[in-house]
Amino acid sequence: MILAVLSGFLAALILAFSGKLFRGRLSVLLGLLPLSIFNYFLYFFPDISAGKVITFSYRWIPSLGINLDFRLDGLSMLFVMLITGIGALIYFYAASYLEGHKFLDRFYAYLSLFMGSMLGLVLADNTLLIFIFWELTSISSFFLIGFNNDNAESRKSALMALAITGCGGFFLLASFVLMGIATQTYSIGQMLAAPGFLKEQPAYELVLFFLFVGSFSKSAQFPFHFWLPGAMKAPTPVSAYLHSATMVKAGIYLLARFSPLLGDHLLWTNTLMITGGFTMLYAAAHSVFKKDLKSILAYSTISALGMLVFLIGIGTRYAIVAAAAFILVHALYKAGLFLITGIIDHEAGTRNIDKLGGLRKWFPLVALAGLLAALSSAGVPLTFGFIGKDLIYEATLHTQDFFRYTLTPLALITNILLLYAGFSTGIRPFAGSIPENLSKGPLHPSLSPLLWIPPLILGGLSIFFGLLPYVPDQLLVSHAASSIYGSYIFLPLKIWHGFNLTLLLSAVTIVAGAALYFLYRPATASAATQYWLQWFSPQHLTEWTGEKTRLFAYHYTKMLQNGYLRSYILTITVFLIGLIGYRFFSTVDLRVNTSGFTEIRFFEFVVFAITVIATITTVFTNSRLTAIVSMSIIGLSICLIYVYYGAPDLAMTQFTIDTLTVVLFVLVLYRLPQYLINSNRKMKLRDGLVAFSFGTLISLITLQALISPANKEISRFYADNAYLLAKGKNVVNVILVDFRGADTMVETMVLTIAALGVYSLLKLNVKPTDKD
Amino acid sequence: MQSTILKTATNYLLPLLLLFSVFILLRGHYESGGGFVGGLVASIAFVLHSFAYGLERTQKLLKYPPKSFIPVGLLLSFMSGVLPMFGGKAYMTGVWSSEPLPVIGLVGSALFFDIGVFIVVIGVTLTILFTISESIDQ
Repeated sequence: MILAVLSGFLAALILAFSGKLFRGRLSVLLGLLPLSIFNYFLYFFPDISAGKVITFSYRWIPSLGINLDFRLDGLSMLFVMLITGIGALIYFYAASYLEGHKFLDRFYAYLSLFMGSMLGLVLADNTLLIFIFWELTSISSFFLIGFNNDNAESRKSALMALAITGCGGFFLLASFVLMGIATQTYSIGQMLAAPGFLKEQPAYELVLFFLFVGSFSKSAQFPFHFWLPGAMKAPTPVSAYLHSATMVKAGIYLLARFSPLLGDHLLWTNTLMITGGFTMLYAAAHSVFKKDLKSILAYSTISALGMLVFLIGIGTRYAIVAAAAFILVHALYKAGLFLITGIIDHEAGTRNIDKLGGLRKWFPLVALAGLLAALSSAGVPLTFGFIGKDLIYEATLHTQDFFRYTLTPLALITNILLLYAGFSTGIRPFAGSIPENLSKGPLHPSLSPLLWIPPLILGGLSIFFGLLPYVPDQLLVSHAASSIYGSYIFLPLKIWHGFNLTLLLSAVTIVAGAALYFLYRPATASAATQYWLQWFSPQHLTEWTGEKTRLFAYHYTKMLQNGYLRSYILTITVFLIGLIGYRFFSTVDLRVNTSGFTEIRFFEFVVFAITVIATITTVFTNSRLTAIVSMSIIGLSICLIYVYYGAPDLAMTQFTIDTLTVVLFVLVLYRLPQYLINSNRKMKLRDGLVAFSFGTLISLITLQALISPANKEISRFYADNAYLLAKGKNVVNVILVDFRGADTMVETMVLTIAALGVYSLLKLNVKPTDKD
Repeated sequence: MQSTILKTATNYLLPLLLLFSVFILLRGHYESGGGFVGGLVASIAFVLHSFAYGLERTQKLLKYPPKSFIPVGLLLSFMSGVLPMFGGKAYMTGVWSSEPLPVIGLVGSALFFDIGVFIVVIGVTLTILFTISESIDQ
């Protein structure tokens, strides 16, 4: 199991080193990876069908309570099948779609990374593990969305997606930590053992709020929806994978996973119903005004995600089964539509629905796949979409009085608009006659089977599942629904429910949607009219905040990190004076106790006098060399003091360091021009003041330290045990190499980093044109 | 800087200082000294040589660029900590030979740790000094 989960990461690692092999035709072979994982998980079907939950555990960081705990139940199974099944189709499709691309190996590395993260996310049993995989999906999707990195728009949307979903991740972590504190465990399995517990905790509202922000950001719910249309800059196979089956469904997965723990509460139900309901209507309405095939798909995806959130919010048995079924329905037809859009873009060179038509004459099989997907998205009888749509109406009709009359029309309108979106993308490009701009024929006349087979498989599955609904029901939907609901649901999917209100609603959906499709065409200039409203749109506000933060950081850095050593030292010193001074004078009772002092001996007086004279010389000399030499005299005097007071190790080190420092200074300063007057009276006064205050402060602290009671326990421990435990008589050295050896190790690394810094700064000859 | 006195003195001082630095390194466990100070003394010896004979001669004397000393030292320090792990002990547990070696005395893993520090310090100091003085000469 762990191999299955981590194989995506392994594949990415291998591709990083041996990518050249897979840049050409061999890339098709990579499709075997998701396919074999898919097959591996097929073995678990009997157990899942028997209602079992399969767990695997591997030790990882037991001290933090994080282990590689994996848990496979009905809900995870549904997602695993989507991730690997659709993943396999995407792998094969991309081999032809991106054929000959310079970075095809890199693309597959990102894709494998992403698939591995998604698998980990839906299989993890530990909330912190979920968080780790969640962040990994954000990062790997950032790479995928920005894959065309020579395009500025593409980079911008990748960054936007990362910013939104990454921020959401922090909220998610907060939610998980709160849950962990409340339940004393990070294991979902253990939390599920006491499902009502979290709902009674005082932290429930906060847990819910953080969880919602996290999932809504990932699943593109209003007001975080805007990153998704931007993410359409990705190559089409990526859009198909991310937006039909995986990335955006991660938030849905999370809500479904925690539904038995946190759901069935007024706050949960209402928030999800309102957010989901608003998002599905808002996005569906937007999709109608779009002309770009991918934009239409983007908004209809947001709408479908809203629908799922809405259904999980309702939370009744019908709604949960509807949600589980709709996840599958949507994944099948949306992935198909995306892939078809990719083919159209690839062959016709445009995605504008005004410039497309009659493509069935080019590719009859692709047209068939498009038709099947569109019919399923419309919910025409005998497709799987019909069953999904039926269940949605069943769910809204089975609510209480007030909701029944508000939610049902809401779902109806959304479904009509979604039908329009499905028809626009799946049928319109293939219907009618070929427009003039396409009269030259397809760009690549021989269409690779790798391109047209995947959408056809998806379309075929939509019909197959629609004709034999007990197949997906028995295999996936009923067990997934039971996992979401928290207990077993018996509600078999059926083709025919008899003549009732649900059927009437379905009929109305199809008729009204078809009418909309035939009578309406999006006008060209409807977007610019509400220009001033754009300022308040979440997208604009996010961009505005981002830009202002960048500007602030720029000015802030320019002020504090201006590159002048003198101002760094000034800043650090003034800050220290302020910080230590405040703490010192506000909390310590100043006393100077001279009674313990010994008489000043003659040689002490001599060293003191030398130090003072050298200090004065350093400050007032007009020659750099003199200043350096006097500085080193100060250092050597301090060495002498160390020697007198019994710190020979310190004295030795100080002595050698002092010598080397002088050499270093001389090396640099010997080449500089004669001493120049480059500070005026005012600056000198300021520097003097700062130096004087800092010196006074340090002296006061030293005097104070003399009378403070010292804790001798630690030094006694080292003195007593240096020889016993470490066989050394020099305590200082034993501490350095044995007791605190790890510290020394890290310090040598710090030295190394310093040396590397100096070396690269001076050796790296950046040409002026390369700077930036 | 071409001074015959300095050159002649360096000829005697360089080996003496290097010996002295090893002496400091080895005595560190019982008396004042240790890898850090020893490394600094050794670096000073090479700096002195570079003053007398110029940078190029010193670099030739060293055979390898000083920056290549750093990973060697780091690895040695690190491995001395890893060594006890093969015996099932925690990282950096002190391990000691049972019999004292002639001249050097009892040998333990801490010695190799200190030798690692010694080499890193030489590498770091000389890398910084030589890089700076090279860039000034240009």
